[in-house]
Amino acid sequence: MIDNPKSGMTLIVKTITRLTVGLILLFGIYIILHGHVSPGGGFAGGVIVALSFVHLMLAFGKDVAISKVSKNLASSLESIAALMFLSIALLGFLGGSFFLNILPKGTPFNLFSAGIIPLCNIAIGIKVGVGLFAIFLTLVIVEKSK
Amino acid sequence: MKAIDIIPLFVIIPLAAAFLISLVGRFIKRSSEVIIFISSLALLGFSIYARFLLNSAPGKILVYKIGGWAPPFGICMVMDGLSSFMLVTVNLIAFFVAVYSLSYMNQYTDKPKFFTLFSLMVCGMNGVIITGDLFNLYVFLEIASIASYALVAFGTEAEELEASFKYAIMGSIASAFIFIGIAFLYSFTSTLNMADMARILAYKQNAWVIPFTGVLFLMGFGLKSSLVPFHAWLPDAHPAAPASISAMLSGILIKTLGVYSLVRIFFNIIGSTQGYLTVLMFLGAVSMIVGVMLALSQWDLKRLLAYSSISQVGYVVLGIGLGTPLGILGGLFHLFNHSVFKSLLFLNSGSVDYAAGTRDLKETGGLGKLMPVTAKTNLIASMAIAGIPPFSGFFSKLIIIIACIQKGHFGYGLCAVIGSILTLVTFMKVQKFVFLGDVKDKLKNIKEAPFAMVFSTVCLAIICVLGGLMLLPSLRFFLDGAVAVVLKGTSYAGIVLEAASRP
Repeated sequence: MIDNPKSGMTLIVKTITRLTVGLILLFGIYIILHGHVSPGGGFAGGVIVALSFVHLMLAFGKDVAISKVSKNLASSLESIAALMFLSIALLGFLGGSFFLNILPKGTPFNLFSAGIIPLCNIAIGIKVGVGLFAIFLTLVIVEKSK
Repeated sequence: MKAIDIIPLFVIIPLAAAFLISLVGRFIKRSSEVIIFISSLALLGFSIYARFLLNSAPGKILVYKIGGWAPPFGICMVMDGLSSFMLVTVNLIAFFVAVYSLSYMNQYTDKPKFFTLFSLMVCGMNGVIITGDLFNLYVFLEIASIASYALVAFGTEAEELEASFKYAIMGSIASAFIFIGIAFLYSFTSTLNMADMARILAYKQNAWVIPFTGVLFLMGFGLKSSLVPFHAWLPDAHPAAPASISAMLSGILIKTLGVYSLVRIFFNIIGSTQGYLTVLMFLGAVSMIVGVMLALSQWDLKRLLAYSSISQVGYVVLGIGLGTPLGILGGLFHLFNHSVFKSLLFLNSGSVDYAAGTRDLKETGGLGKLMPVTAKTNLIASMAIAGIPPFSGFFSKLIIIIACIQKGHFGYGLCAVIGSILTLVTFMKVQKFVFLGDVKDKLKNIKEAPFAMVFSTVCLAIICVLGGLMLLPSLRFFLDGAVAVVLKGTSYAGIVLEAASRP
């Protein structure tokens, strides 16, 4: 993909993107997973995850980004994430109330603590990430007529 | 599960249905139709069951604490007479519109997307009604609004996109006003729970914040309910949407997002003063007359119905603005009746459009012979909206006019009578140009609408005919429960907090 000079931006941009895009994705995942112990959370992390794919699209062109996450995959993942969040909320009925935090809370400030909150963050992160990416895809779907 | 656990189901069921449809609708043919039918039927059943559950509840109120967090710290859901009344109205119309859409949406591509957005809209409206938290109300209001912007543009022709854009701009301005109002109230009271807010506002009176936010909310919710100075988006948005969505928008969306929220905030949180009531009555009376005058001169059937909606919402707001028990009863009863007959009229206009391919009054004519059922349901709805005696609209309008005279507002009473007469003229025009007269040559071969569409319109017509029976003593509890909540005013705070403190 880096060898195709016709699509995307210059070699410099492509090289820098190749180096940074993974780091951006990792940073997004970090923000999602640490949402319950540090500032951030599902929404902020999801936006960063989406930005890493948008970054890919800006540097390499639309086709490369779509080959990683297609429109149908984005749409399905978005619905699955929403249903995941709803089922986490529904699990609370096992303890007697909608949205009840039924999992053990653990010690504060540990990664594995706060019960269902990290799970909710993951669901929100996926939903926001693919949702924003899908919005961006929809915006670039228009092509110049040939 | 305990009986009270059905309260969050009003949000869970449509939300789950929406995302299930978008997930499996693309792969399994007709699955979207099955899911939407089951979910809307379940919602209707649960809302009626919840109304009877409320009768046996202590204090006629049920408070559900989400996640077990007691208010004012957590979000609670409050089901009282008014919420329950609105829930039954919304889910009744949503069910019939969903059944109608099963056939009607065949003209459009991508039914699953339509039903996804439809479910999200229902979820937003149910959430607005059931929530007991002011910011939560705003979130659900945005869910319903954004789903409706997308649904107005569903045809993706130039006209639809323009209307949707206009609606989105006006709707966003309204949301911004509401949001700023909520921000001011939050900074003033340090709480977002509606009951707690009312409790704190009650002993912090005489602050400039309260009338200031009152004006912000009046503009915001006035735009959502399209009272007359704020009505410009409605006559574009309603005709552009698919007929089933016009029925939803006109029948319940403007009432839930506009009138219900206005009543809940003005009567139960801020506390109604004579100043607010005078403004509401005036806006109602102006909407009543201006709306119907504009409707009279329209030749596009759906545009005519849209203007008529403005006029009918005026009746609702006038009745509630009177502030007397009889006036509020009339206003809420008219809200229910208008939901039924205006949805029916929009669905009929959809049937005409579906069969004849046009909704221009100058091009149609004589359809009464070719579409006998639609013609008869339309006649019933027209008579109900104009206030002809045995039909439901007559009783609600009569109550509003009597309440006006009781309170000494003869001018407003006269406005209501004039509005009603002009409504009759408007719908005589519809009946004459669409269903009576000779059949035009190019319309000779059209047939009656398919079964699902006819089924919905006939059921709604039956409710129109029998609607007046709701005033019978044995069925009065449905309306009286809602009126009692509005009349209780700011003592809502104490009632909710007391109910929430029960285990």
